[in-house]
Amino acid sequence: MYIFEQPSTELLMSKLVLLGDEAVAQGALDAGLSGVYAYPGTPSTEITEYIQRSGQARQRNVHADWSVNEKTALEAALGMSYAGKRSMACMKHVGLNVAADPFMNAALTGVSGGLLVVAADDPSMHSSQNEQDSRFYGKFAMIPVLEPSSQQEAYDLTRYGFGLSEKFRLPVMIRVTTRLAHSRSAVIRSAAREENSMALPANLRQFILLPALARKKFKLLLSTFEELEEEGKSSGLNRLEKGTGKKRGVIACGLAYNYYREVAEMHRLDDPVLKISQYPVHPELLRNFVNAVEEVFVLEEGYPLVEESLRGVLESRYVIRGRMDGALPRDGELNPSLVEKALGVREGQPVTVPEIVKDRPPALCNGCGHIDMFKALNEAIADYGPGRVFSDIGCYTLGALPPYNAINSCVDMGASVTMAKGAADAGMFPSVAVIGDSTFTHSGMTGLLDAVLEASPVTVIISDNSTTGMTGGQKSHATGRLVEICGGLGVEKEHVRVMIPLRKNHDKNVAIIREELAHQGVSVVISQRECIQMVRKKRVS
Amino acid sequence: MKKDIILAGVGGQGILSIAAVIGIAAVESGRYLKQAEVHGMSQRGGAVESHLRISDKPVHSDLIPEGECDMILSVEPMEALRHLPFLAAEGWIVTSSNPFRNIEDYPVDEQIFAEIRKVRNHILLDAEKIAGEVGSRRVSNMVMLGAASVHLDLPAKKLEEAMETLFGRKGEDVVRMNIAALQAGRDAGKRV
Repeated sequence: MYIFEQPSTELLMSKLVLLGDEAVAQGALDAGLSGVYAYPGTPSTEITEYIQRSGQARQRNVHADWSVNEKTALEAALGMSYAGKRSMACMKHVGLNVAADPFMNAALTGVSGGLLVVAADDPSMHSSQNEQDSRFYGKFAMIPVLEPSSQQEAYDLTRYGFGLSEKFRLPVMIRVTTRLAHSRSAVIRSAAREENSMALPANLRQFILLPALARKKFKLLLSTFEELEEEGKSSGLNRLEKGTGKKRGVIACGLAYNYYREVAEMHRLDDPVLKISQYPVHPELLRNFVNAVEEVFVLEEGYPLVEESLRGVLESRYVIRGRMDGALPRDGELNPSLVEKALGVREGQPVTVPEIVKDRPPALCNGCGHIDMFKALNEAIADYGPGRVFSDIGCYTLGALPPYNAINSCVDMGASVTMAKGAADAGMFPSVAVIGDSTFTHSGMTGLLDAVLEASPVTVIISDNSTTGMTGGQKSHATGRLVEICGGLGVEKEHVRVMIPLRKNHDKNVAIIREELAHQGVSVVISQRECIQMVRKKRVS
Repeated sequence: MKKDIILAGVGGQGILSIAAVIGIAAVESGRYLKQAEVHGMSQRGGAVESHLRISDKPVHSDLIPEGECDMILSVEPMEALRHLPFLAAEGWIVTSSNPFRNIEDYPVDEQIFAEIRKVRNHILLDAEKIAGEVGSRRVSNMVMLGAASVHLDLPAKKLEEAMETLFGRKGEDVVRMNIAALQAGRDAGKRV
């Protein structure tokens, strides 16, 4: 349910009400984007979905189909940049781990057409396995990182980011977090720029990272770094906002700036503020700011990146407050109340939630095919005892919860297959992987080949709901191809089984899984029934 | 004028539709808006919430500070209580009395209602019954929005227009039923 199912519908003349994600998408379109490449992942999914729905994008034929995973997405975006056009790769924070290889190396090749990498972080792990802070990746690769604090800035910084990328011939990261990605506010657009035309790089060796060339490229990258710091000073995105207070100063990064402004208005605070939305931050900016006050509070959504750089490891006369001294929690996302407490202005006794209120965790939908698959698997594997099922990232991860208690791992995309192989190598039998169809094509196929090469005794259950369910039902590239893919990878034909997970087929399905569990080699059971949410959606429309 | 509203419910109960209607009406009335939603994993039958902030001045934080919320608008009674730490002293709880039981340790209804009644400003409505009388239980969410609108500084007409904008593509019948639910909820809210 979105306010605007058609993003081209303009409510107020030039004003749109957009999610932070959608503001990034609209900013990119207006900056002359030629292609977005992405794999769905909360909270990044809505960027690509917006471009897929956009009339403006369709008219210009902007590429917006889903990629198989984040690595292929970023590489394709880099290829489009090679050909001179502006491109963007979008992913959730852990998706950047998958794309880390092209990401790090694109900093060395540099770009031709502007290239943005959008990383959507999920502090507090609303829908993720960890809460890693992508700004560290930006620092690691030594490229510019832009961190908007509002929907309007998400739009503006995306537009600015493309120019920045082309100015320094480097990829630029846009870092958003859940609360901005999934929060809506008004955004004012500016006139759209035309797309770049196709053009080969001026230097046809620019993208060749042979060691001798890569060493030169790295020196070039190192020498650019100071210019990037200067740029962050002159762009106005890291700006000093004067206050009358002399005692305390506040460094507020990205979204944390809003929380400070909220609290400052509530309690009439007037501290000097250094608002940061661009990295690297010039050391002089930080030094001058810290020297002008007695103590500094560092507010960052994510890990203490700026705070850590200020603290260092040597004895210091400076008083730095933040996530590392307990003023703010070390983990989880920030909010106005945490900032109030940190600044010592919180009043009144906190109200607690009545004890009768119970947790309501997410659950598999009524009528979901994963449920019937888990019931069949649980019965088939019961004789061997618990603890033998590796699983993966998707709705079916909820099979870890009661009443199923059916799986024993959830680590990263594709890890079910490879972990099952490793455990089989250690002598565990049977060793089972439960993986979704989209996750299988994302990162499960290569692991299955590993198992095939050694004829490892593993049983891989592909719970195929013909969509990417958890993120809202995006196209699955596995649909209609799974039997051929498994056969092509070398799984023996008689051990690629297909079952329909319905209650009436339960006994038959238990028998199929039982047979394949007993097989002393690689077997695949494709449990195939469309996602109930997608069936309902189709019925409604 | 400032209204901070927490919308609460269970994934699939239509709180994002409520958020969308209020959001459109607010922007159409020339107000500033920030509205934080929940997407992803918790939408699968878990507790969901949306922070909706409307003001005649620019809004800073996407999240409402604890103790500052003017209204908890919930389509499920236990979910209304989950957000009590956010409610201001004079704030309203407007909630449906229809429990959504998808967990084993769900409390007894009367315990929940007793906790809700402890909040001075509360509206507790059998939204499903009212929605059923209008035509379909599926518009229970709009009944609750109607009841809440009595205490929101947004004209009923703007809310109805927003429904046309939002549901127009689904056909006139859908728009009509949603508007009827809004009006029935508004009448019920006034009687409390």
